[in-house]
Amino acid sequence: MVTEDISKAIRRIDAVSKSKGTIKYLSDYDLDDYLWGRLVRSSIPRGIIKKINLPDLPEGYFFVSAKDIPEGGKNYLHMIATDWRCFADGDVKYVGETIGILCGPDKTLLEDLYEEINIEYEEAEPAVSIDEGIACKGGAFINGNNIHCSLKLEVGENVDSVFARADKIIEETIETGFQEHVYLETNAAACKKVGDKYQILASAQCPFYIRKSIAPVLGIKPEDIVVQQTTTGGAFGGKEHFPDVLCGPLLLAAYVTGRGVKMIFDREEDIEFSVKRHPSKVMFKTALDKDGNIMAMDSKVYYNVGAYLASSFVVLQRGCFHVTGCYKFPSFRTEGFGVATNTFPSCAFRGFGAPQTLFAVETHMCHIAEKLGIDPLEYKSRYFIKQGDVTSTNGRVVERVMIPEMLNQVLDASDYKRKSREYKYGSGRGIGISFYNHGGAFTGNGESAIIKAKLRLHKYPDGRVEILCGQTEMGQGFHSIMPKIVSRVLEIPMEKVVFDDPNTDRVPDSGPTAASRSTMIVGYLAEKAANLMKPRYDKEEEFEVETNYEHPEGYPWDQASFQGYAYLGYGWGVCVVEVEVDPCTGEVTTRGIWSSHDCGHLIDELIVHGQTNGGILQGIGWASTEVLENVKGHFKQTSISDYIIPTSMDHPKQGVYYVENAYRWGPSGAKGMGELVFNGSGAAYIDAVSRAIGKRISAIPCPTERVMDYMLHGHDFKEEF
Amino acid sequence: MDKTISFKLNGEAVSITTDPLRRLLDVLREDFKCHGVKEGCSEGECGACSVLLNGEMVTPCLIPLGAADGQEVVTVEGITATEKGDIIVQAFADGGAVQCGFCIPGMVVAAYYLLSRNPNPTEDEIRLGISGNLCRCTGYDLIVESIKLAASRGGDIWKK
Ligand code: FES
Ligand code: FES
Repeated sequence: MVTEDISKAIRRIDAVSKSKGTIKYLSDYDLDDYLWGRLVRSSIPRGIIKKINLPDLPEGYFFVSAKDIPEGGKNYLHMIATDWRCFADGDVKYVGETIGILCGPDKTLLEDLYEEINIEYEEAEPAVSIDEGIACKGGAFINGNNIHCSLKLEVGENVDSVFARADKIIEETIETGFQEHVYLETNAAACKKVGDKYQILASAQCPFYIRKSIAPVLGIKPEDIVVQQTTTGGAFGGKEHFPDVLCGPLLLAAYVTGRGVKMIFDREEDIEFSVKRHPSKVMFKTALDKDGNIMAMDSKVYYNVGAYLASSFVVLQRGCFHVTGCYKFPSFRTEGFGVATNTFPSCAFRGFGAPQTLFAVETHMCHIAEKLGIDPLEYKSRYFIKQGDVTSTNGRVVERVMIPEMLNQVLDASDYKRKSREYKYGSGRGIGISFYNHGGAFTGNGESAIIKAKLRLHKYPDGRVEILCGQTEMGQGFHSIMPKIVSRVLEIPMEKVVFDDPNTDRVPDSGPTAASRSTMIVGYLAEKAANLMKPRYDKEEEFEVETNYEHPEGYPWDQASFQGYAYLGYGWGVCVVEVEVDPCTGEVTTRGIWSSHDCGHLIDELIVHGQTNGGILQGIGWASTEVLENVKGHFKQTSISDYIIPTSMDHPKQGVYYVENAYRWGPSGAKGMGELVFNGSGAAYIDAVSRAIGKRISAIPCPTERVMDYMLHGHDFKEEF
Repeated sequence: MDKTISFKLNGEAVSITTDPLRRLLDVLREDFKCHGVKEGCSEGECGACSVLLNGEMVTPCLIPLGAADGQEVVTVEGITATEKGDIIVQAFADGGAVQCGFCIPGMVVAAYYLLSRNPNPTEDEIRLGISGNLCRCTGYDLIVESIKLAASRGGDIWKK
């Protein structure tokens, strides 16, 4: 029973079955009666499909494409926007765009047939990078200007008038690259008609998203599709909307063939043809007074959205909301642009647009400080945001901000101050520091206006209580924390609380497993429901209680102008990284990683610890070795031998610390944390490396050869920007 | 051309008539239903498919079935059925080593292989021991701690 402090670690309910390998992922299901599906994709980034030459298909083999969409069906996937086509029709806009799905019973024969397919194109010139997109290379293909979406935010006095009286203006551009999720289980999904409904099995984060997204393809209702999530071997945002891209074609294939159809990506396919983190370019213009104080910060934020908008406007918004980081500037403006290019559409990845701008502002702040000859920590400290301060959207920070306390923890643990003093710039040793936050849950009134989460608890006669909601376990531990929350309130053993992988026909829609909202929002609904259940638990044999999300009063938000309280609870973080750089090779050795986070009251300290370790390492990977280049529309790295993620040898054991800052509207005071822990380690790492080499680093990833390049050709901190 | 291949799988004599060039990974998963052997990369890089072949840790995604003829194969299913394997499983569960779980069976095999050779590994030796196994979730620290826990809990058992 969980009666003592809820933070005390429990055993995850899935730990033993996962360690023994007995838990079933989709590839472990017996789906022998299903056909195999294989997506046939565009091999060029832009052009017209002249002709699809298919080999003779033996009986029982099918090629399904846009032409098979029945009357009343629509050729799109509904992923916030509805522009992503289920099948390319007439033209193609990126390498890997789905043209059709080849289906058949024998996988080897299917591969052979696939190899024989030949598609004739009339190729057009693609735009691949942000710059090429903006320049409309090859002609604009979206909105006449290749801008999918844009927004503008302003706080305080108009920045242009501040610039007019500034003592100095610093202009700098910071860039970040693509990042691949590399969840260890590749994408997998299956679809079959069972009775009068289509049943989807999928390794996915958001079962309700899938049915809503793909139902238009057959012109049916979302309720005509049942989605069962299968044990998901990692996701990180990569299985938020992307499963729709598998499930749409599978649905049509099941309709056409009358058979079950399944698809399991191999790793190469998964890296080459799946969504990525948006590459970004942030152009700062910062006004300083004669003492080097920031008077105003102006920025232009460009995200490489790829060919389709899908969820990217929301990603861009979050990016712009976070471009001021943990700081308050007297005057601020940002303009964000989602740029259309002929690359695989970018989509959700842990942090959802916030890491890019946070990396940018942290790095820019370091560079200003170093130009002025001030320790970055001291300089950044001047601008820390506090409770009650105005945010980037003219709301206020509602909660207490414990950056000073968190800072003390990491300073003590890392000995930052001494090292920062002693390690001279360019000495081969460096220590770096970053500050970051992450707004928990959907922006503004999104939870009440769009998501409207619902959760039910069902009590059975034998005393068991089942949690019914759409939240998925994807590794983050949610299916262990929820029973913990419920068991604690009801004072019943954890074993009596049941929480299965969601099935959309059985559970209410509690919104996506995304946006660091699951514990904060849905966990709170569970705690409330358990409190409603408690007085009736002993008296009634079998009953259900339901809770619905209610937005706290008094925190207005206007989605049209992006003004007001964007987030009621932020997670906050401080990270210090220490490195040593080999002066001959540029090879970086990480000497230490320390972090402190405020994620409210911890529901389970061991689960939070594990999330922290993983997020921080993923962030350092993003900033260092995870190079993913796109050359003429094709990803150059296509396997995990050339796309390099951190191994157990690459970084030392982390020091992790937390502060206690209970959140008013979270279960036992918990806030979101899954994305927060990704958001800042990259900036701390790059700060450390750039100090070690004595050169400004303004673009990531920065693997050994680029470190070397900066060492040879980079700019000293004192040089003009 | 099909051939009959006989080997020992988790202590039991088995044989199968099939194409000896099929990947050992596929045969273990499809024909012998050893689903704990995971496919993460198909190119010997991720370690999710790790098994023991004659006591040595190998990646069966790169090995043709024929290579197992007359040999001894132990998978995560075989390991976790032993006392030593159970110590690792329990330590992983208590130590918070497990997140999405997809890399974990391979990690269990690597931990077993390491502790069987080195009952008292240092932090660095553990990190080296699992360096062929990629994990995208955990950042490795709690896996390393859990292996230390298994070493101390097992004590002399690892010397047997
Ligand atoms: S699947 Fe064998 S090493 Fe990755
Ligand atoms: S636990 Fe997910 S890859 Fe290791």
